[in-house]
Amino acid sequence: MRKEKLYKRSGLEKSFEAVFNTYQWDEVLDSIYTKTAIDVERAINNAHRDLEDFKALISPAAQDYLEVMAAASKAITKERFGNTMQMYVPMYLSNECQNICTYCGFSLTNKIPRRTLTDEEILKEIYFLKKKGYDHILLVTGEANQKVGVEYLKNAIRLAKKHFSNVSIEVQPLLQNEYELLIEEGLYAVLVYQETYHRETYKQHHPKGKKSNFNYRLETSDRLGQANIHKIGLGALFGLEDWRCDAFFTALHLKYLQQTYWKTTYSISFPRLRPFSGGVDPKVEMTDKHLAQTIFAFRMLDKEVELSLSTRENEVFRNNIVNLGVTSISAESKTNPGGYTVEKQSLEQFEISDERSTETIVKMLKNNGLEPVWKDWEKFK
Amino acid sequence: MKDILQIADKKFSSRLFTGTGKFSSNQLMSEAILASESELVTVALKRIDLEQKSDDMIKALQQPTISLLPNTSGVRNAKEAIFAAELAREALQTHWLKLEVHPDPKYLLPDPIETLKAAEELVKKGFVVMPYIHADPVLCKRLEEVGVACVMPLGAPIGTNKGLRTHDFLEIIIEQSTVPVVVDAGIGSPSHAAYAMELGADAVLVNTAIAVSNNPVEMAKAFKLGVEAGRMAYQAKLAKVTTHAEASSPLTRFLN
Repeated sequence: MRKEKLYKRSGLEKSFEAVFNTYQWDEVLDSIYTKTAIDVERAINNAHRDLEDFKALISPAAQDYLEVMAAASKAITKERFGNTMQMYVPMYLSNECQNICTYCGFSLTNKIPRRTLTDEEILKEIYFLKKKGYDHILLVTGEANQKVGVEYLKNAIRLAKKHFSNVSIEVQPLLQNEYELLIEEGLYAVLVYQETYHRETYKQHHPKGKKSNFNYRLETSDRLGQANIHKIGLGALFGLEDWRCDAFFTALHLKYLQQTYWKTTYSISFPRLRPFSGGVDPKVEMTDKHLAQTIFAFRMLDKEVELSLSTRENEVFRNNIVNLGVTSISAESKTNPGGYTVEKQSLEQFEISDERSTETIVKMLKNNGLEPVWKDWEKFK
Repeated sequence: MKDILQIADKKFSSRLFTGTGKFSSNQLMSEAILASESELVTVALKRIDLEQKSDDMIKALQQPTISLLPNTSGVRNAKEAIFAAELAREALQTHWLKLEVHPDPKYLLPDPIETLKAAEELVKKGFVVMPYIHADPVLCKRLEEVGVACVMPLGAPIGTNKGLRTHDFLEIIIEQSTVPVVVDAGIGSPSHAAYAMELGADAVLVNTAIAVSNNPVEMAKAFKLGVEAGRMAYQAKLAKVTTHAEASSPLTRFLN
């Protein structure tokens, strides 16, 4: 499949949905679960791994090969990224949301105080994070087009770019011309996770709001590619469905996008649903071992893709995985609007597991022989 | 007579140029570069904090023997490259520039069309332009015509440590070039560097192979020696490679 042009699978050019529709979830699932040790070994030894190899690497059969996979992932990462770790920090601007997402703290029907940061509050948060050393920032909102529409985002980017070299967003999916507007303003990357690539399960967890439209979300990265964005971040909320299958579709999405929008760079994130966290329980639990396996598999599939890990993961896991494939991490994150300085006590979108300070994380990275990189971007226009 | 390399108005005793990426600390980077005895060190403009007066990386490179060579890594076309060049000149007070235009973030392969366009413009603006390019002999001549200070053809895709995969084209470039030829990218071991010098390259640029080695300082020294050995061999003129032993004039003995 390496040589196959994914966008040509359907006869339609430049549409991931068309490519996606040529796959059946159950067939993919079956194909992953029937991979054998021989398939895994072939995948490990293949110099040019393809999506079939990726299936083998995320399969149950690969669980006995974690040590070899870790070594491979570590070596590939070191070759491409050297001994460095990109640092970023999220900044929540608003918890207003018109969607119902069964797993999310900001879901429409949750009775929580809603807040959207004013310019003054945004600046207060910016100064705080800037002092910590951050230079790459991720602005996050819920989906509320009246209160946090394109104009609001444009203004927030304008405020942030004066202080940060690199500004990314994780907000509601937008139209191509809206992205173009924000890119013109200085936007670097957009993170948009499909949550799950299983249509029915997606519907079940997103019953109301604009987000309930599976296809519109699925095609977001095509709109971004056409807008010529610098970076697109992909991911699934692992656990909503069988995480192995969702990991495969995320990889398929990545390969399609790389072939179609070759000037754009990509990142993968690994949010996962945990059991007993008070919200929805995972349908198929992704354990620490599974998460590590998935990270190794992505790195072995793709040398260049940025792999990002948030503070959702615990200390021990993060201390060890930073040398094994991950290339960008956050620290000390708050997932509520104004969480750093303005309104520290408000409800967070999800629970943070690694609460260590930025200074402590930097020390941990240095102990691992890694140089934290704060700035790796400049707007050349 | 001392073997001196001249590029534009600068003279170099060392023919090993180095880079600053991928090191596990600024301290180690600075130690390795000093050990390499490199006098020209490239640094990505996008990594430098232009507002902070004393950027940590730049501080670690402030040595009397080292000249900085800002590069335009991260730009996607000529227009952005020219903007970046002016930013670099302002920030680092140097008109030397490693011109890199790679719109493809995967293999970081240089765009020949945009590079030529930017080079022409930047030479007019007074920059000493050192373009990173494919090992394309015709492109090298075109760049020469617009006035670049040297050419920097790649040996293999950047960061791959694969060595001189473009060997045949590098030989043509070295034969034809009237400006110094610096082999950049892909050099993974001191023997690769030595080989480039034996072919007649004027210098090499090495980063990844030093930065990600288990002992960057020792590796930097090894590269220094490799480059020196290769250069010395080139100057001493290598003996011809033959596949058979040559008898002494068996065909023309009767003429004696």
